[in-house]
Amino acid sequence: MSIANTKLGGLVAWIDERTPLTATWKSATRLAGYYAPKNVTFWYLFGTLAIVVLVSQLITGIFLTMHYKPNTSLNESGIPLAFASVEYIMRDVPWGWLIRYLHSTGASVLLILVYLHMFRSILFSVYQKPRELTWLLGMAIFIGLAAQTFVGYLMPWGQLSFWAAQVIINAFSQLPFLGQDFTIWLRGDYVVSDATLNRFFSFHVIAFPAALLWLLIHHVPHTVKDIRYFLAFLIVCVAVIFFRPEAGGYFLEYNNFTQANPLQTPQHIAPLWYFTSYYSILRSITYPLFSIDAKLWGVLGMFASMLIFALLPWLDKSSGKTIRQKGPIFKLALALFVVAFAALSYLGTVPTDPQRLLLAQICTFIYFAFFLLMPIYSRMDKPRSNEGRGAR
Amino acid sequence: MNKLFIRQILIALLVMPFSAMAVGIDIQLDRAPDRSHDQAALQHGARVFTKYCLTCHSASFMRYNRLRDIGFTEQQIKDELMYATEKIGEPMKVVMRRADAQRWFGVVPPDHSVTVRARTSALGPGEDWIYTYLRSFYRDPMRPSGWNNLVFQNVAMHHVLWEFQGEQVLEGDPSGKTHKLKLVTPGKLSPAEYDNLVADLVAYLKYMSEPSAGPRKEVGIYVLIALFVLLAFAIVLKPGFIKLEKRP
Repeated sequence: MSIANTKLGGLVAWIDERTPLTATWKSATRLAGYYAPKNVTFWYLFGTLAIVVLVSQLITGIFLTMHYKPNTSLNESGIPLAFASVEYIMRDVPWGWLIRYLHSTGASVLLILVYLHMFRSILFSVYQKPRELTWLLGMAIFIGLAAQTFVGYLMPWGQLSFWAAQVIINAFSQLPFLGQDFTIWLRGDYVVSDATLNRFFSFHVIAFPAALLWLLIHHVPHTVKDIRYFLAFLIVCVAVIFFRPEAGGYFLEYNNFTQANPLQTPQHIAPLWYFTSYYSILRSITYPLFSIDAKLWGVLGMFASMLIFALLPWLDKSSGKTIRQKGPIFKLALALFVVAFAALSYLGTVPTDPQRLLLAQICTFIYFAFFLLMPIYSRMDKPRSNEGRGAR
Repeated sequence: MNKLFIRQILIALLVMPFSAMAVGIDIQLDRAPDRSHDQAALQHGARVFTKYCLTCHSASFMRYNRLRDIGFTEQQIKDELMYATEKIGEPMKVVMRRADAQRWFGVVPPDHSVTVRARTSALGPGEDWIYTYLRSFYRDPMRPSGWNNLVFQNVAMHHVLWEFQGEQVLEGDPSGKTHKLKLVTPGKLSPAEYDNLVADLVAYLKYMSEPSAGPRKEVGIYVLIALFVLLAFAIVLKPGFIKLEKRP
């Protein structure tokens, strides 16, 4: 024990005598703290890296908020103030370009990490008893992040910001009963407008970050610390931020460098890459069933495809704790799902045609079959014995 | 055997969805020469932009004094580049009122601060698009301006640089693949000289679309070197394997 550690211990004791700080920390993490899985590998790193990126998003967000203006009125050159303020950050704020690229790259990297983290969870069946609640909290974080990035994407007030918001908000209006009223409340108007930008700004900088942090405190059971992996990860991020900040139009879309124009619908509207798989599912469902409109099925399919992950603890009946111990059927199913997810993600970024539509429909079928048939095939599977493999 | 078979199926499945996805493209863009490090070219481009483009197209995110980035002195900027504005810290705006522009052209000429970035598409980088566009004007008596453009059909803009390029006409059907532009009246510049002028202008527009791109890449190299050095230390000193740290 070094002197610094002893002193730090003394400080914690001093604070503990006077406040419930440690007790709060302990009780907040009590739920998750007990149940750390035994087999920790490389795959367990992504959750921790995601926390690092989330903190970076919060910090860069503070500085962006100082200069950003959620205002759609036009300046004297005919450019919306919101759009102009983003370019102001890119040019006139010292190091503003770096802060903005950190934030825009961070959003995509965060989603990459979250997807890898979720993939890891399926690989190792981490959601199985007794960690169902940790999984559900994680799912809430996933949905919260989706909402956070969705509202955040409106901020630059470019063409795609505007039209992607228009399309997705309209999707809500298809929901029965409250759909119409909800979309008007969400927009604060009958079209995406200044009112929408202002409330999305409020969600983006206050409501959702607060909710996400609360969920995170209750979700994180443990963290992985290894400086080498952190540095390797940082090197990849830095390469993107400094040399390819648009990432080929996936992290920053080129059409979004054109200011939002409500009178000019772009030929092709797509959400950012991390939502395109669900967007593909929305577009691929074209059959009316049980006298319900195909549009509504599409919307239900889209939301279901995001929420269905939450059911995994009750769908996965396999006994193997790692992917190596699981049988061939589960491995094949997971591989098919990954391919379907990737193909749907790609298809969502391009305009659709009959051939692509068919492909998207097949992939949508595989996507849902992976989850809904899981109780059957994961039971059928013969798990491999653990001897000589998993034990390290 | 069995394992290999499954692997082959998986690879085939992985590749299959992506094989049918190539997009058909009609216009072939010419590559704009990369002159982002050529200060003389950038300065020439800035002169062309402020003299010929800035009468109608603003660049309202670009301040005049930022032109020092590409080697101009403050005095040069004031004397040689500023036609309408008085203060050097001001952005490049146009004098024409937006309502007038709407009435005269049917559309307000767009701001060109970030045009190069915005014009990037499946066809290619934005600089290639503008480079091809500015060289693809042709005479068209059916248009109010008397000009049309192969890359941007029925564009409201007329050929501002026509006295340099001369007049081209279109041979063949623009929607077919056989069309060709033919120079009928030569301009002040030869075709090669005109291409050179447009290339300089495009280089400037590209610079203007992200003035921080140069410093960005420079800083990026230092940051990468620093991180690699740190990583080397971390690997050599082996601070330990992945540790699982339970919360208290």
